[in-house]
Amino acid sequence: MAKKPTTKGREHDGVTRRGFIGTVGVGALGAATVGTRRAEAVPEITTPEAMVQIGLTINGRIHRLLVEPRWTLLFTLRERLGLTGTKVGCERGECGSCTVLIDGQPRYACMTLAVEAEGSQITTIEGLMDGEALGDVQQAFVNEDAFQCGFCTPGQIMAAEGLLQANPSPSNEEIRKGMSGNLCRCAAYHHIVRAVDSAADGRRKGDNR
Amino acid sequence: MSEESPYWIEGTVPETPTPAEYPQPWKTTSVIGRRMARVDAYERVSGTAVYPSDVILPGMLYGAILRCPHARARVLSVDTASSKAMPGVHAVITASTPEADIPWAYRRGPESRLFPTLCQHEGEAVAAVAAETPQQAADALRTIRVNYEILPHVADQETSSGPKSPKIWDGGNELPARPPYQRGDIDTGFSEADIVLERTFTTACEIHAPMETHGCVAQWDGDRLTLWESTQGVFAVQARVAEILGLPLSKVRIVGHYMGGGFGSKLQAGKYSIIAPMLARLTARPVKLFLSREENMLCVGNRPPSRMTLKAGVKKDGTLTALAMDTLSTPGAYAVSGYGLEDWQIRDLYTVPNVRTSSRFVYINAGPARPFRAPGHPQGSWALEQMMDDLAEALGMDPIAFRLKNIPSVSQARGGKPYTTTGLKECLTEGAATFNWETARSRPAQKSHLKRGVGMGACLWIAGGGGPPSTAIVKIFADGSVNLNLGASDIGTGTKSVMAMIVAEELGVDPHAIQIEHADTATTQFATPSGGSKTIPTESPAVREAAYAVRRRLIELAAEQHELNVEDLGLATGAVISKSDPTATFPITELEGLQKRGLVMGIGYRGPNPEDVAITPFAAQFCEVEVNTRTGEIGVLSFLGAHDSGRVMNRLTYDNQVFGGITMGIGLALTEERILDQATGKMVNANLHDYKIPTALDVPAEMTSLPIDPHDEQCNTTGAKGLGEPVTIPTAGAIANAVFHATGVRITQSPITPARFLEAQAAQAKEV
Repeated sequence: MAKKPTTKGREHDGVTRRGFIGTVGVGALGAATVGTRRAEAVPEITTPEAMVQIGLTINGRIHRLLVEPRWTLLFTLRERLGLTGTKVGCERGECGSCTVLIDGQPRYACMTLAVEAEGSQITTIEGLMDGEALGDVQQAFVNEDAFQCGFCTPGQIMAAEGLLQANPSPSNEEIRKGMSGNLCRCAAYHHIVRAVDSAADGRRKGDNR
Repeated sequence: MSEESPYWIEGTVPETPTPAEYPQPWKTTSVIGRRMARVDAYERVSGTAVYPSDVILPGMLYGAILRCPHARARVLSVDTASSKAMPGVHAVITASTPEADIPWAYRRGPESRLFPTLCQHEGEAVAAVAAETPQQAADALRTIRVNYEILPHVADQETSSGPKSPKIWDGGNELPARPPYQRGDIDTGFSEADIVLERTFTTACEIHAPMETHGCVAQWDGDRLTLWESTQGVFAVQARVAEILGLPLSKVRIVGHYMGGGFGSKLQAGKYSIIAPMLARLTARPVKLFLSREENMLCVGNRPPSRMTLKAGVKKDGTLTALAMDTLSTPGAYAVSGYGLEDWQIRDLYTVPNVRTSSRFVYINAGPARPFRAPGHPQGSWALEQMMDDLAEALGMDPIAFRLKNIPSVSQARGGKPYTTTGLKECLTEGAATFNWETARSRPAQKSHLKRGVGMGACLWIAGGGGPPSTAIVKIFADGSVNLNLGASDIGTGTKSVMAMIVAEELGVDPHAIQIEHADTATTQFATPSGGSKTIPTESPAVREAAYAVRRRLIELAAEQHELNVEDLGLATGAVISKSDPTATFPITELEGLQKRGLVMGIGYRGPNPEDVAITPFAAQFCEVEVNTRTGEIGVLSFLGAHDSGRVMNRLTYDNQVFGGITMGIGLALTEERILDQATGKMVNANLHDYKIPTALDVPAEMTSLPIDPHDEQCNTTGAKGLGEPVTIPTAGAIANAVFHATGVRITQSPITPARFLEAQAAQAKEV
């Protein structure tokens, strides 16, 4: 990773945010993969020379691209790779609209730097599709009307997918807990719980996959 | 603005022609009323739906707005020199930029500027930038040096007009007084009462917090502007943007196919709707400008706080004799919209001959209010439904029996106009029966520190009848496929799906096969913003009329071609059929008239509502709570919503709307509160971590939707009334009543946080 060439302005803004992300946001994943990238002070302003080349494995396909170290996975997915199914709700780890799977775990893509995600398997809402066909959790969300405006929905579906991969037979309470990191202001929660339950049921019966 | 059109129409109310022939009310339906998955569900769950914040254009820049960090300050100087020199920065605009030095008018009250010198709330726009990445734009904002003179501020409506308060506007902090509403004689009313109670209730300020923040993507093509905007009404945005930028309406295209929630905060254009096109013009590049979550919490609307002192008089037999309410609220720093109407429940929900309500509004240095899902109504309901509970307790009556004693058949606040239909009584009785109210109510109190109780509340919503204008177009092509064109936005309520069901009902086609064009000022017809629970009652008659016109024309073509009597013909799946001869079917695709023309088109207009009647949705909600009297935690165990919103168009989305509204009401009752630091005037919880909207863990495991359909054949040709707002009106009051039933503690201040409950419980224990 390239050294940062410039440091303009007050340093504390960048350091504080980076320190926060490094220590709080990414949890176990950060500890496992960040390595040396976290150790350095972050300049407030980066220039194009400061970009690093990374390879991101997204929905089974490797994307090689140049990123600024400060770019989040969310920004990179959406604005650089055009995978806009993953939504921006708060960019501060509060709402879950940007939930993706990283190595099978639901993670907030806004709290993960693109450089941190290198070497991991990233799955986005687009990755749940089989060609043009909806995945089973997606279909359950359709059937149960588990959304209204639909904006938080990709994040909800990814959280549900992560939950079901970890726990194929969640109780109602476990579903509510598992989905509680994903806000829905339209508050389709009642139908969301039903959809997750019905998707779990379908998997157990072998309707899909 | 009349009292009866709370917020969606500014200026002249446009009209559409009265249809020549109204279709008769449906006797039976085959599509309408079903549980149907949404027509756009695939797009929304697959990630292929392009929301405005998803738009990416070649060469697109990212805009960002520098905002005043103080509650009140004068901008003395803005130095942008170093920001302009930053890598990737293409434009920096401030009040000294000629194009951006423009006034910013709100509907009423004091005027401001796009970038005001006098910042009246935390988050006022001071400058804006466009850069190649959002990170560079954020960097550029940080290097703009603003010299502020910090001015004294007002952060509390209670003290705003007090002698120690700074005058934040030259004209003072009070908005012009409105005359009180009066009916009958309030003093006589109270003198006739056997019991008179008075209490003061307060509700906290709530933030809309839609999951997609406000914003847009702006692109110029010569002198034509296209905005992809997250909005509830593309035509409202078009009008404002054209006016401010001095463009013909025809040159301003607003696209709003999808949007990530609004709840009233996206009925109008924002400063971002102007700043993005300005930056795009200055840079000759498209510009994406979406607000951050903090900006969203600070700047683009709220349900303002309220203090309501309600006095009620009742006779021993449960007859209400008088209601009087004095309200204090604030529009924030500017009088935009979304304040007032707290008293509408008091005026109109129950039969009361003597009513007097007055409201005072004061400015404070906080972001302006905007209409928030049933403006004023949940606040007023919080006061009235708790008061009704108190009165029932004082009378020794069951709360439902007491309400049933006072059910009106006319709208008293509208000069005694009869309701087309009112299901209030059925909402109460059938709701209570399904909820098992009597059994739940009479359960003996628990000995444990965990106390369970049940409560209920009723409501009406001031609007919800819809009305002109609306124009819809239905086309059937030579191959029998169908296209529906309407201007309204689908804000998540399932508008598109319901409209497709209406076309399917009339034309016998698969609703999922209908191609819908909507919410685009360049390609669809004028519609008012989707708000006020009026979208379905406004748009559905126009869509039905358009589909009906196509149906009639197809039948006429078949009659001409086969020399048949029009009266004898109907339409079934893909064919004109004879009523008298079941063997005679004429496939639509074989109609010569359709083949020669390639198209049959029907235009539908929304005609006026019937005169001298009131069209109003009603509801009653019931809930059970469990209160931990040691920790103050309140769990909502079950909820039932019995709603008279007329005909159920799509039972699946209907239920979803009921559950969603209830959940939002749970937020009002228990968790949501904007907290302003009194010393600095700054909002201390301008994020979704500290401002707590309900999560999946906060909704009751058991939720029931019980539609009450009184078969309204008078309100409009589909019999549908509005649903989206009534569903959140009585919720919080019902919860407070259940808490009272569980614990005997009456909490008059929202939200009922654990701390607030424990304080009230302790205070009550002291009194006893």
